[in-house]
Amino acid sequence: MPRETIIHRVRAALGRTSDQPAPPAPPVWSNPSRLFEHEKVGMFQQALEAAGGIVSVVQGPEMAHGVVMSIVAGHTAVASQSSVLRELGIPGMEGVASGFASEAAMRAACRDAEMGITSADFAIAHTGTLVLMSSSEEARMISLLPPMHIAVVPRSRIVSNLSEFFERVPDPAALTSALVFLTGPSRTADIEQVLVRGVHGPRYLHVILF
Amino acid sequence: MEIPHSALEQAVADSALQFKIYSATGRLMDGRKNTTSPESLPHYQEMRQQAHELKRHAIEHLDYYLDQFAANVQSHGGKVVYCRDGAEVVEFLVKLAKEKNVHRVVKSKSMTTEELHLNDHLEKAGLEMVETDLGEFIIQLMHERPYHIVAPALHLSREDVADVFTEKLGVEREEVIERQTMIARAVLREKFLTADMGITGGNFLVAESGAVVVVENEGNARLTYTLPRIQVAVAGIEKIIPRAQDLAVFLPLLTRSATGQLMSVYSSMLAGPRREGETDGPEEFYVVLLDNGRTRLLADRQKRESLFCIRCGACLNHCPVYRKIGGHNYPWVYSGPIGAVITPQYLGITEHGWLPFASSLCGACAEVCPVKIPLPQLLLDLRADAKQETEGKDRNAESWLERWGFKVWSWVMRHPALYEVAGLAGSGLLEGEGWLSKAPTWARVGPLAAWLSQRDLPRPAASSFREQWRRRKSQAAATSQEGE
Repeated sequence: MPRETIIHRVRAALGRTSDQPAPPAPPVWSNPSRLFEHEKVGMFQQALEAAGGIVSVVQGPEMAHGVVMSIVAGHTAVASQSSVLRELGIPGMEGVASGFASEAAMRAACRDAEMGITSADFAIAHTGTLVLMSSSEEARMISLLPPMHIAVVPRSRIVSNLSEFFERVPDPAALTSALVFLTGPSRTADIEQVLVRGVHGPRYLHVILF
Repeated sequence: MEIPHSALEQAVADSALQFKIYSATGRLMDGRKNTTSPESLPHYQEMRQQAHELKRHAIEHLDYYLDQFAANVQSHGGKVVYCRDGAEVVEFLVKLAKEKNVHRVVKSKSMTTEELHLNDHLEKAGLEMVETDLGEFIIQLMHERPYHIVAPALHLSREDVADVFTEKLGVEREEVIERQTMIARAVLREKFLTADMGITGGNFLVAESGAVVVVENEGNARLTYTLPRIQVAVAGIEKIIPRAQDLAVFLPLLTRSATGQLMSVYSSMLAGPRREGETDGPEEFYVVLLDNGRTRLLADRQKRESLFCIRCGACLNHCPVYRKIGGHNYPWVYSGPIGAVITPQYLGITEHGWLPFASSLCGACAEVCPVKIPLPQLLLDLRADAKQETEGKDRNAESWLERWGFKVWSWVMRHPALYEVAGLAGSGLLEGEGWLSKAPTWARVGPLAAWLSQRDLPRPAASSFREQWRRRKSQAAATSQEGE
């Protein structure tokens, strides 16, 4: 009933009828700039560092593994089941919990862990943004509950800008129930415009590009 | 409703408040300026135009896109609920909470739910409502409404926050902002982990994807749509955009205009409950599509542009009126120029007809609006509507004085000789700078007295444009003759 009233009000106001489709939407402006491969890493690093993130650029999977191990050493961490992490052997590292039997178990681990380790489906060079899509391999809370988020990302996943991302993935909702464009650590400036990091999400974001 | 004269005078006289408003809005203005400059965003003007056209297209085919959006949400396993007003939203949520045994509800920041006073209504129904955006959390503890669309606690100092935290949370007095933030984090983290329902707003509704887009910096919206078993997004029907790729225009415009960030920290796109194989995320997903006066704006081609707003707050920051009187002197949750435009249209011109007059029509709002809403034009239009409403006159009718004034003016303008005489008389009269302020006090009386106490007329040019033109022409003729 409310639906019919609202749709009727809309049609009456616009002078439209029920069988009238919309003409195609105006073509969307697309940022034409495309970076060379070697430029993308530098641009991503610069933009994310400006947003308060930390970026390590390493050569190859062995070094990525080594960097993660040195960060995790002596701490508690939760890792996702992402194929990137599994290939690097991160879920099996000492101090790293992964592959939970239930949501409750994962929630308890994420609540207490000092670090959450994930990969990312894409990275956007222009703004220093990670694109995380929730799936059976990547849970939502691992990059959200622990005070530090570590993302291990192959550099082949960097695109130039948001327009290029949407060219690759025209409808993200077809692939995932929840996508997040993530740019830097959690922040607020709600009291006297003073910047504070880590208000609800992670205080530290460390991206390892390999 | 009357103009709140004494409250306005109080706000203007409060120098601490004036400082807070000026410094906060000033910082937001700087952020916008730096990130929309040609160096930072070369295609800024093209993007604004494109955003305007996309919004126009979506609004002018709204019935089609609403149906498309609803069908796609359903295909992802979500449910769409249409509500004509706030009462229907409350009724739906109370019923849902009862059915699903919900006690504690966490909320992320949403102007649409502020518009409905949703917390008050749901609390009366016995639910625990927790605002989780830091600014919203603070003003909820103080029982206030947001002072600004993007900075709800803009008017409060760290001392104010210390007072309310001590009183309401029972913690030791803490005046360091960083530690205050961590107190809020600890209190709210516990609420998140034990909440049954999460309510978010929606910055955009993507029709083709059946997805709700939520833009934030703190991570509280992510927690709200990740931890509780039921998720509800409440959004106005005007938030529809056709395609996901349109976000490549809207997201940068929104965050750069609002806070001067290239991208907000978290922009999420949500399509239905958790899918097969996922370990977390809500089991149930609802989208509430709200009318609450919006369809009233649709019939008029110009006025429907008020619905293009993406709530960045830039028009507030740049408005000389907002910056002087602050957010709480506007009668509704929406303040600043956009508030002055939508309040009379949503809630009725009879009661709120004075709002469009509270503007100097300087045009700063239109210049910074990322979707190019012609705010000053809409304000003028609404002034005419208000006049029609209160005086029962045709919206274009003038008083006899106005009519005769313009008749005389038009007659003078059509007769060059007369115009020149009038100009000479005028400049003779205004000879010498500051003649008005030097005039004796008794001469400054009547309705202009207040105006004249602050301003003076500039000294007229030594010779008029017409005189200069004649002189140059004759000089040019003389030089060309010499040349021959």
